[in-house]
Amino acid sequence: MQQQEEKREDEIRLIRLGEEGYPKRLANIPGPPKQLYWIGELPREEIPSVAVIGARDCSEYGRFVAKKLGETLGKNGIQVISGMARGIDGIAQEAALKAGGRSFAVLGSGVDVCYPQSNRPLYDRLKTCGGILSEYTPGTPAVGRLFPPRNRIVSGLADVLIVVEAREKSGTLITTDMALEQGKDVYVVPGRITDRLSDGCNRLIRMGAGVILNPEDFVRELLGVQTSGEDHAFAPELSAELAPVYAALDYAPQSVAKILTGLPAGYGERKLIAMLLQLCMEGIAVQVSPGHFCKKG
Amino acid sequence: MFCTILSGALYGVSAYPVGVEVDISQGLPGFSMVGSLGAEVRESRERVTVALKNAGFDLPPRHITVNLSPADKRKEGSAYDLPIAVGILEAMEYFPQGAAKDILFLGELGLDGEVKKVRGVLPIVREAAARGMKECIVPAVNASEGAVIPGIKVRGASNIREVFCFLTEEDARLREDILPAAKQPKGTDEPIWAGQYDFSEVNGQETARRAAEIAAAGFHNLLMVGPPGAGKSMIAKRMPGILPPLTLDECLEVTTVASVAGLLEEGQGLVTKRPFQNPHHTISQAALVGGGSNPRPGMISLAHRGVLFLDELPEFQRIALDALRQPLEERKVSIARTAGNVVYPSDFELVCAMNPCPCGYYPDRNRCHCTEAQIKKYMGKVSGPILDRIDLCVELHPVDVAGLQKGQKAESSDDIRKRVWKARELQNKRFRGSRYRFNADIEGADIDLYCALGRDEKECMEKIYKSLKLSARAYHRILKVARTIADLDGAKKISVEHLTEAAFYRPSLEYWI
Repeated sequence: MQQQEEKREDEIRLIRLGEEGYPKRLANIPGPPKQLYWIGELPREEIPSVAVIGARDCSEYGRFVAKKLGETLGKNGIQVISGMARGIDGIAQEAALKAGGRSFAVLGSGVDVCYPQSNRPLYDRLKTCGGILSEYTPGTPAVGRLFPPRNRIVSGLADVLIVVEAREKSGTLITTDMALEQGKDVYVVPGRITDRLSDGCNRLIRMGAGVILNPEDFVRELLGVQTSGEDHAFAPELSAELAPVYAALDYAPQSVAKILTGLPAGYGERKLIAMLLQLCMEGIAVQVSPGHFCKKG
Repeated sequence: MFCTILSGALYGVSAYPVGVEVDISQGLPGFSMVGSLGAEVRESRERVTVALKNAGFDLPPRHITVNLSPADKRKEGSAYDLPIAVGILEAMEYFPQGAAKDILFLGELGLDGEVKKVRGVLPIVREAAARGMKECIVPAVNASEGAVIPGIKVRGASNIREVFCFLTEEDARLREDILPAAKQPKGTDEPIWAGQYDFSEVNGQETARRAAEIAAAGFHNLLMVGPPGAGKSMIAKRMPGILPPLTLDECLEVTTVASVAGLLEEGQGLVTKRPFQNPHHTISQAALVGGGSNPRPGMISLAHRGVLFLDELPEFQRIALDALRQPLEERKVSIARTAGNVVYPSDFELVCAMNPCPCGYYPDRNRCHCTEAQIKKYMGKVSGPILDRIDLCVELHPVDVAGLQKGQKAESSDDIRKRVWKARELQNKRFRGSRYRFNADIEGADIDLYCALGRDEKECMEKIYKSLKLSARAYHRILKVARTIADLDGAKKISVEHLTEAAFYRPSLEYWI
């Protein structure tokens, strides 16, 4: 009796549509999954949940925002739903867990199949700090055609969907369409009009999606309360010489020559290199390739 | 009648003496050759008999036996034609006994008696000189190559008849007229960098030019990453023009390898220019590092003391690249064969170029659509151990129109060369009496000795080590490169600026996700 009650960490459980405990949010969407396998727990009904999704091959900017968002949501006890994919999905979920929050991954394979393998540490942590869900029978391998249908569960489990980075044509936008169909609110993180990775987001803004200017404000709005977070403003103290170099950096990688054009005269290439390296040593910049630098996200 | 003629054979880049023993005796007419002979040596029987006939010598109907000693070592190549022919002439008493004594003979014969080019003359002549021989007769084409060696008279013969006249002549002065000793070829007055490409033709690319300069000054291995058309090959081709000059010993080494490979041109003496080898990426492992059942030096040995440029690095066969590991570490390559181990020198500067990803534009995510998996796969083609042996890594950017149209001439090779040579002199002074030549050669505990750091610098290195998550090997590499940068600045001590600049050029696998 007692053994039965004891929860095994990686036990796979099943719930069918209509049974007690089936997520209500999910039951209300068009075409809800007939059965749901899960490891860990299911999202709680009484706590708000937010889905954070975006491009797999994201930029350093996307990485930074996803991390910030996950962190803020996690810190405030909001459940983060996502697909555990490479890039934005995984980064946001990982940040939420790190901040002490809970997160849920909806997989396009069986719940016992970790895909992508590079997210194995996240997968293992989700078992204890949230849950892993799927409508496919355990053991189902990760196949491309199974992924779009799972996106409806990601948006279905959430109250609000946030898109961080998306190209014009992408799986992320499929999820967005489904969220709108399901009547969920969609928020996007705006990007520059020259960034192809933000084209999808900017188009959504034009179509009337909500805009996230600041994760803290968003949470405040969502919860209707004052949040615990102090301000996010991030400005390291730097010497008079280093500060302009840091200011000239971006979250997108830039070549040394490009950074040089953003600086007042007097900075030579050799000198700039030394300063950029110093910023890297301080841990506030990253050398992403032999000749490209960006702010650390 | 029996006689012995002296010749020599190659073994790697060194040589050993070979005695050609000829005996003519009564018996059934015939010609037999023994002494562990390769196919081309055995064929020499036909060449020699026909050449002698056409040169006007009648071979008597007797039994000729030729033995090449030492009989247990395998003989290859066509250089024994001339000594065999001379041996037959002496055994037939065409010229006085002993006239060919103490003379080394090398050369291939044509059917008309012409003496043709052979390879490996330089190392064989050097070995002969080392053994106290005073005279040798080689193909006229190879004479200036042998004349590089002091203390031995090298006579170039173009026909077997000339050799015959030389040996029959008793008057030493007249002998000299028949086959004069080749003079050591005079070096041309033009500087060794003449005819080289110039750095002033490279537009922009300041960091890459700087990296090339550092690499040249310290003989560091260099990797250039950049999109197609950025100028990677241009910079590589200009590297030999700014490298410090070869010393006399180094010239000899380079000439020896070229001689063994048979690549010296007619009349060419000492090679004074640093070699530049640029193999295509389809090259086989044997062609790159050397090999063959009868081993020949590969590209890496031909690039000895010079630059080996591998363009499109990931396109090279993995097996060929991995074969570079040992030569890069030990600066020589040993090729094991059943007949024995052959060692070729391979102290070259590795310069390689590659695109950052299959499309060439990573990390510019607006243009590069390669997935992480694709980039990883592309980078994975270059094995870690190879990247581990590269000291400097630099990225090139597409040249913008403004840079091209400015028409402003960039710094020329002349100016760069001055700084590099100065840094070379500092290294000469530093390494006098040690086994090192360049900063890149420093190994093990000597790094702390030659790249000593002050307190501030140590602190800086500690910070670099921690924040950039370096390996111990990368740490030492940064020190060596920093030493070269300090040398270029003419500084005695390595400063924080030198360290940070060296850290900027560190190669790292982490860049590529």
